[in-house]
Amino acid sequence: MNISNHRRTRDRVVTVLTYLAMAFVLLLPFALFVGLAAKSELLFRDNSLGHLLFSSQWKPSSGEFGFKPFIVGSLYVTLIAMLISAPICFLSAIHITQYAPRKVAKIVVTAIDILAGIPSVVYGVWGMVFVVPWLGRIAAGLGIQSNGYSILAGGIVLSIMVIPFILNILMEIYRTIPKELTEVSLSLGATRWETIRDVLNRKALPGILAAFGFGFARAFGETMAVLMVVGNVVKIPSGLFDPGYPLPALIANSFGELGSIPEIESALMFAALILLVVVLVFNATLRWLIIRVEKY
Amino acid sequence: METQEMDAKMTGKKEMARPFEEEGIIRVDNLNLYAGKTHILKNVNIEIPKNKLTVILGPSGCGKTTLLKCMNRLTDLTPDIKVNGNIYIGDQPVFGSKTDIVALRRKMGLLSQRPFPLPMNIYNNIAYGLKLRGKYNRAELNDLVEYYLRQVNLWDEVKDRLRSPAVRLSIGQQQRLCLARGLAVNPDIILADEPTSALDPVSSEAIEKQFAALSKDFTLVMVTHVLRQARRIADYVIFMYLGEVIEMRPAQEFFEDPREEQTKKYLSGAFN
Repeated sequence: MNISNHRRTRDRVVTVLTYLAMAFVLLLPFALFVGLAAKSELLFRDNSLGHLLFSSQWKPSSGEFGFKPFIVGSLYVTLIAMLISAPICFLSAIHITQYAPRKVAKIVVTAIDILAGIPSVVYGVWGMVFVVPWLGRIAAGLGIQSNGYSILAGGIVLSIMVIPFILNILMEIYRTIPKELTEVSLSLGATRWETIRDVLNRKALPGILAAFGFGFARAFGETMAVLMVVGNVVKIPSGLFDPGYPLPALIANSFGELGSIPEIESALMFAALILLVVVLVFNATLRWLIIRVEKY
Repeated sequence: METQEMDAKMTGKKEMARPFEEEGIIRVDNLNLYAGKTHILKNVNIEIPKNKLTVILGPSGCGKTTLLKCMNRLTDLTPDIKVNGNIYIGDQPVFGSKTDIVALRRKMGLLSQRPFPLPMNIYNNIAYGLKLRGKYNRAELNDLVEYYLRQVNLWDEVKDRLRSPAVRLSIGQQQRLCLARGLAVNPDIILADEPTSALDPVSSEAIEKQFAALSKDFTLVMVTHVLRQARRIADYVIFMYLGEVIEMRPAQEFFEDPREEQTKKYLSGAFN
């Protein structure tokens, strides 16, 4: 029997609609990239790419746009955050999925979900009220000149923000490893820890890399909470207690007041472009790495 | 009423099933297992003879896999399990705070329903257990890996790609690799949980032949629900139903002259 025209049309319409939706999603990153690049073009009339990326001179009023302090500031804060959160996430994911009794695991998972849902400005306020003064006292004790607003404060607040995010992914990864693999390793006479170290972690490696990659990308772009505690001084930090000025903070702080000046608007677009490119390149590298280790 | 029944079952110790002369290498002594509130194993009392192939037979959900996993205490991995009674491997109790479970598990190789190669290459799948067993140099390791791969007739198929991931082997090859891996820790006992259920007929036959050959030197305990398989290779059969051991007999007697009503029903296909 023939399919009625009506049904056939409907089938076609749905096919086209789903295709368009997919195309839209695919176009988004390109549109974003092209838009930012076009807007940054003005900046390139007077500056070379090398100068923009590697100069430390930031004097918008006299047309000097060196992004190095912001790039370095972003990298430092993100790196500190990852160094703090990585071991915590890794060890607690193992404990929750491999050792903890079901009841404890449930409580922890609930706590993590709550942490993940807290708006970043709340973390920022918490950082200003508790972390910053606390670091200020430590700095004073160590004889370092600092009021506590520093890349370390940014890193600490940021690490607390990305922990729930990374931990959620890690737990999911350990949970998807078949239990039989643990059974097999134990039955060969391995201890619980040997099993985790040699079998489960090897199996989970691609996922672990992905989890930390997503964590990095998220941390690198996080704006509000970091901006509130990092000090926002245009200078390459020379120590943990030095203030810094990450890229997202630059954009957020400057856009309102300075965005109307074409050159500065262009500079801020370029800052956004750097953020985008760093995250894209990092993700691509990671994907390449994941494919290489994903053979088991 | 239910609790009374439970108590009666727990205290009313059944007579140990041992249809052979010597003392068994595995002795299950009045074992009861609860998962949460479900009573899964009920007063299990059996002995399993040394260097024979004993099949645990029964319909799905009768507790046969659970019984097998009690023997090397993989039940530890499942939360909310309560066990009373005990299992003895030789004279060593399996359950107990003083038990060195890691050493005890090494005496028992495990073969699961589907092959689970370790996330390593073929060579290291065998070497992993060897390294846990003792210190060997490169040459010794090479020899032993070859020895165990030959023992399961896999050497000729994989000798040129020992460094490729084990998961690339066919599923039948993987299962033989898993058997070799289990043998490599030099166990006394091999526990197998429906080891051929995921395999094609040819691979199944290869495993069955292996088992028949191995039963000269090893104690094999194999769970299955395939009657014909049990008929082909079993020396002894333990028949379980709803968490209880209904009877344990030498295979031929079991199939030709079943004693219990449930066994007769099962053999005539009434449960399937």
